Amino acid sequence: MDQESELFQCGHRACGGCGPALAAKLILKGTGPNTIVVASTGCMEVFSTPYPETAWGVPWIHSLFENAAAVASGIESSLKKQGRDENVVCICGDGATFDIGMLCISGAFERGHDITYICYDNEAYMNTGIQRSGATPYDANTTTTPVGKCSTGNPRPKKDLPAILNSHGASYVATASMAYPNDLIRKVKRAMEIHGPNYIQVHTPCCTGWGFDGSQTMNIGRLAVETGLWVNYEMVNGELEHVRKVGSRKSVDEYLQVQKRFRHLFRPKKNEEEIAKIQAIADHNAEVFGVDRK
Amino acid sequence: MMEILEGSHAVAEAVKRCRPQVIAAYPITPQTHIVEALASMVADCDLDADYICVESEFSALSACLGASAAGSRVYSATTSQGLALMFEVCFNVAGMRQPIVMTIANRAMGAPLNIWNDQQDSISLRDAGWMQFYAEDNQEANDLHYIAYKVAENHDVLLPAMVCFDGFILTHTYEPVDIPTQEEVDAFLPAYQPVNILDAKNPMSLGMYATPEYYTEFRYEIEEAMKRARKVFAEVGAEFGETFGRDYSGLIEGYRLEDADVALVAMGSICGTVKDAVDEMREDGKKVGLLKIRSFRPFPSEEVKAALAGVSTVAVLDKNISIGQKGAVALEVRDALYGSSGAEVLDYIIALGGRDVRKRDIRAVVDLAEKGIGDQFYGLRTEVL
Ligand SMILES: Cc1ncc(C[n+]2csc(CCOP(=O)(O)OP(=O)(O)O)c2C)c(N)n1
Ligand code: SF4
Repeated sequence: MDQESELFQCGHRACGGCGPALAAKLILKGTGPNTIVVASTGCMEVFSTPYPETAWGVPWIHSLFENAAAVASGIESSLKKQGRDENVVCICGDGATFDIGMLCISGAFERGHDITYICYDNEAYMNTGIQRSGATPYDANTTTTPVGKCSTGNPRPKKDLPAILNSHGASYVATASMAYPNDLIRKVKRAMEIHGPNYIQVHTPCCTGWGFDGSQTMNIGRLAVETGLWVNYEMVNGELEHVRKVGSRKSVDEYLQVQKRFRHLFRPKKNEEEIAKIQAIADHNAEVFGVDRK
Repeated sequence: MMEILEGSHAVAEAVKRCRPQVIAAYPITPQTHIVEALASMVADCDLDADYICVESEFSALSACLGASAAGSRVYSATTSQGLALMFEVCFNVAGMRQPIVMTIANRAMGAPLNIWNDQQDSISLRDAGWMQFYAEDNQEANDLHYIAYKVAENHDVLLPAMVCFDGFILTHTYEPVDIPTQEEVDAFLPAYQPVNILDAKNPMSLGMYATPEYYTEFRYEIEEAMKRARKVFAEVGAEFGETFGRDYSGLIEGYRLEDADVALVAMGSICGTVKDAVDEMREDGKKVGLLKIRSFRPFPSEEVKAALAGVSTVAVLDKNISIGQKGAVALEVRDALYGSSGAEVLDYIIALGGRDVRKRDIRAVVDLAEKGIGDQFYGLRTEVL
């Protein structure tokens, strides 16, 4: 696709190497132009729409941090009433999705609106300066879960949001990573075909919040999958249908040590105990989803 | 056609005739009968709307915002705690210039929990950029809905509107109400003609963020639209009068004010009681009148100034209080009269949380006002303090 016909255009204000910005571009390749995007307050909203500029080549609306799913419900209902047929797609951060927006998401899914909700998961509140969210991984250093004399960072593992939305009866729930672009585009296209509420959670490394060089975004994204800390899978009507397998899983060290948010686990000395807990999370993921290629 | 209807049902009948395409609402006393009646109409295919059963008021207004932005006429109703839960979205709806109409069945704010009437809920949202119209009786509550949509959707306005009517006192009271026919309403209120909608054929971004370079201008535009709404309301109200025989060209209404020395000022259902009390006092030879405020936002300062020009004492009945200051209506009236009138403006916080007001209370207020005693809670039960 040439630059002219990109639906998510360049010139926005994201950091160089921003995972969410790349995800937005890929997501719109999956949705196509016949789409209305609903956003929540967050990094992507701010970097893509400073008035009077916009990076969005499709109709786009932002209302608040927590109500995208409800706004989307209204849009879908309105289109239906007018006999119009456009895709309604929410593209929201993990804070908006996992935490403050849960009420609206739960309501929209329970009502069965024909919307696709895509969470770009950069694993913290980046727009407000790297505070933890329900998607922040165990032991990550954020400004509200700072590392200290009595703290090794975020004390809780990631909330399992796909499972929660599966239990709402969503017909399609998938996870993806912007480091696997074709897979992401395919999943978005698939969601567009399926009626009812769908959910896709996209792993989107954030160079600023995680502390790595902007040239490494793809590598970090891939490492998350190769270690088993992030699993790419698809669930259709509650059944696991497809999982990206990994040949020989890398140790979590490889992923953790290249990010400043985990630096405290390696300096001043390596914290074997905590790293073992994170390795256990990866191993658990691998077992539950059958990640290891036997 | 004249019908004896509960206030809530009169409003539901009005809303039906406004033909909203999307309704999103969450039940709360004393608004409940309105949304239940609308749900039945949709269930019976008497009303061709999508009724979204949301999980909260916050989602109700959010869904209305989305539906409106996508080009439909939408409706919601709430009160008190429900309105408070919508606070954030209320500002957003106005900022995004969506002409949503929402009925407020006025109710006190907790704590303590109280389901009865006062006007603290909508008054607390006076700064959100919504128009606020207050009905005296169920006929007016009915009529104000047609007018509210027509004013809100006017391209010189494009602001949301609250039609406020007193919980229980009006919502649950049966009164004869003249409900216009669908054909009559269709002729008065044509289909919604939105501007700037979400449409894949003509993409645009709505609700972007604006830096200090631009934000002020957005606020200015809302303020200017609100000012224009005064004239538009008067025109639409007059047109309504010509069509239906009930004139709403005034954002205020004077009752026996012409030669009055003392003017009572009030909003909503209390005006009915005040009118009766004024009649009685007039018989006793007291020169008393009522100024009823129909539109609190936009506030008709010029009209208030003109109406109270010859009055020496103004007694404002406030069913709300801006804690730490005074009642909100009194503040507005004082501001309107400032620099032009020597009248004394006295404020009475009255009828909070559903406490009854009788004619003798109105007479007592006038007695106090004549003695220059005011700016107080009226009828405080000091024995329970
Ligand atoms: C009701 C409310 N509370 C707090 C905020 C402040 N706020 C704006 S964006 C944001 C975090 C967004 O995080 P996320 O959804 O993960 O998106 P990201 O910025 O990481 O892209 C917060 C806390 C807000 N806008 N509204
Ligand atoms: S802070 Fe992170 S999410 Fe925000 S623009 Fe920069 S890289 Fe992207």
